[in-house]
Amino acid sequence: MLKDIASFITGSARIAFKGGRNFYIWIGFLAIICIWGFTAWWTQFEGGLITTNMRDQVSWAFYIGNFTFLVGVAAAAVMLVIPAYIYNWKPIKEIAIFGELLAVSAIVMSMLFVFVDVGRPDRVWHLMPFVGSINLPSSLLGWDVMVLNAYLALNLVIVIHLLYTGFHERPYNRSFVVPLLLLSIPAAIGIHTVTAFIYAGTAARPFWNSAILAPRFLASAFCSGPAVLLILFQILQRTTKIKIKDEAIWKIAELMAYAMFLNLFLFGAEIFREYYSNTHHLIHTQYLYSGVHGHDALVPFAWASLIFSVIAFLLFLIPATRTNLVTLNIGCVLIFAGVYIEKGMALVIPGMTPDTLGEFYEYVPTLSEVRVGAGIFAVGFLVFTLLCKIAIPILQEADSTKTP
Amino acid sequence: MSEKSIDRRTLMISAGLTTMAGISAAASGKSAGWMERLLKRRFVELSDARREEILAELEETCRKKFGRDDITVTDTPAMDGVEFAYGLDLSRCVGCRRCVYACVHENNQSRDPQIHWIRVLEMKKEHGIDLAESNIYYDPEEVPEPDSFYVPVACQQCRKPACTKVCPVKATWQEPDGIVVIDSDWCIGCRCCMSACPYGARHFNWTEPTIATDEINPDTHVFGNRPRPKGVVEKCTFCIQRTRKGRYPACVEICPVGARKFGNLLDEAGEMRYLMREKRVFVLKEELNTRPRFYYFYAT
Repeated sequence: MLKDIASFITGSARIAFKGGRNFYIWIGFLAIICIWGFTAWWTQFEGGLITTNMRDQVSWAFYIGNFTFLVGVAAAAVMLVIPAYIYNWKPIKEIAIFGELLAVSAIVMSMLFVFVDVGRPDRVWHLMPFVGSINLPSSLLGWDVMVLNAYLALNLVIVIHLLYTGFHERPYNRSFVVPLLLLSIPAAIGIHTVTAFIYAGTAARPFWNSAILAPRFLASAFCSGPAVLLILFQILQRTTKIKIKDEAIWKIAELMAYAMFLNLFLFGAEIFREYYSNTHHLIHTQYLYSGVHGHDALVPFAWASLIFSVIAFLLFLIPATRTNLVTLNIGCVLIFAGVYIEKGMALVIPGMTPDTLGEFYEYVPTLSEVRVGAGIFAVGFLVFTLLCKIAIPILQEADSTKTP
Repeated sequence: MSEKSIDRRTLMISAGLTTMAGISAAASGKSAGWMERLLKRRFVELSDARREEILAELEETCRKKFGRDDITVTDTPAMDGVEFAYGLDLSRCVGCRRCVYACVHENNQSRDPQIHWIRVLEMKKEHGIDLAESNIYYDPEEVPEPDSFYVPVACQQCRKPACTKVCPVKATWQEPDGIVVIDSDWCIGCRCCMSACPYGARHFNWTEPTIATDEINPDTHVFGNRPRPKGVVEKCTFCIQRTRKGRYPACVEICPVGARKFGNLLDEAGEMRYLMREKRVFVLKEELNTRPRFYYFYAT
């Protein structure tokens, strides 16, 4: 047993770091971005969050927006797990593990974004149950820490088990993995719901204080996460021997079209309520889409996000463009960008602009914030690349033994 | 090192860690070992003996940092039968901001960058009270301007504080006398409380706060005006270091027009009860059900 574990670890490490020239260029590129981000974070750590453009008026911004977006990406793994394991749809079942790998990478990134946002990173252990003093049940951030860690653990266990058994060419233990996969479905919905509740429960910020915020979060997550996977699947189709059927890609794209419809519908419902009732609370939405008193930093972002989302929806809705790889990929990039801008810039910042006493402080991220953010994304891509690198040969072998 | 001085929760964490703490403490011969220091608990959970030690350490650190040997850090508790409340007469306030700076000096707020616990909102008479039309950066030759009135806002010391509820690590809470305080040795700087506060009353140390040595107020309370580090949140505590010793908050004392009232809500014959009986009071954002202990009124 110990020998098996040791050979799995050394074997995977060997697979993970062995590759062609392009692989090393990619890894080298990510490593440089990591260092670029880390040095910015180090300056921030020494000098304080003054290196960001956050201030008392807009006290959460780019970091927390990215955190929110990435929780959504992580939650989107269920878009593969549900068709694969609930409906037992074979073509997706074989590739569902990539959803889990993406979830692991996205959770790592989202946690890093919280870590760089806190003023006292030396004290984050205060959040640990028993060791620290986590404020449950009343703090939503407390709950979020719990569910995010649980979801990370769940996905890690599933992934490691699948890879470990695959590595040793044994069948995986169905009665162990399937219940965990089924558990990951409510857990995925849970992480994004709890994250939405952090905002939705804030009565002081009318822009966030909406009952449909959690459904909106889920709908947008089920657009952005699978977009990454669709592109990954095409890369794998071309560069590896893993059999990914086109019909699996079309099916995921079809499911994404439903999610995109819901996302736009819920958005429209929110917009109707805001503009028709036309209360003082409308000012945040106005700031976002048209600017108020010449404060209009977010207007281009807001419209870009909306236009991207609408075009992507149309591309995914029409079967001809959904099954055409060029238009499909354009749609994937647009929806990913649309949701990224929406969660990253158009959720947190307008919620705090104007502030609770009516002051306009216009926030745009500093270069330092962008560098830290890029560094975290590089870490995430690095984790995802290495995990995929380990998974690919194992899955390839499983494929070739199954179809002699 | 005695068993007693290791607080209860530290012992619970793990036998291994505490043994190491014990060994390291014994080896260094100091009262608190590095492990115990690392795994220190929230101040309110500590034994009396350990609190004394922490206060002494805090005094020592502050004295060294600012080169002043007169700095004291106390943990004066709430008085029995006292619930503090505040009254602000909007018809008197002239918008001079003396309260803002008296507060800065009394409570050792950072001078660079500036942190103000009180924000005075200038409102236009034609709009009435309307936060969306307010301005905190007014700077005329002379106040009050004839078309304006002024609404100072600081922590409203809510009975149902939105800020303490959201804190993920129990670093902020409401004291028995109604004052909402922060343990700045425990705050992780996540700023959930700042998102939750409807009154913009919480302020963050975006960098290391700076105060000139001769401007330090040496009389400090552990949950109030003792100098804060960077990366934590701070707020008005009704001058906890003064009011728990029976004095008025600095803003009440400085106000040149007597617009600021303060007292014990439980004292029938007191200032606050008189005010609420004789005048008509209101609170900010009553629809949020935070139930502030900070009352506004128009005396004339």
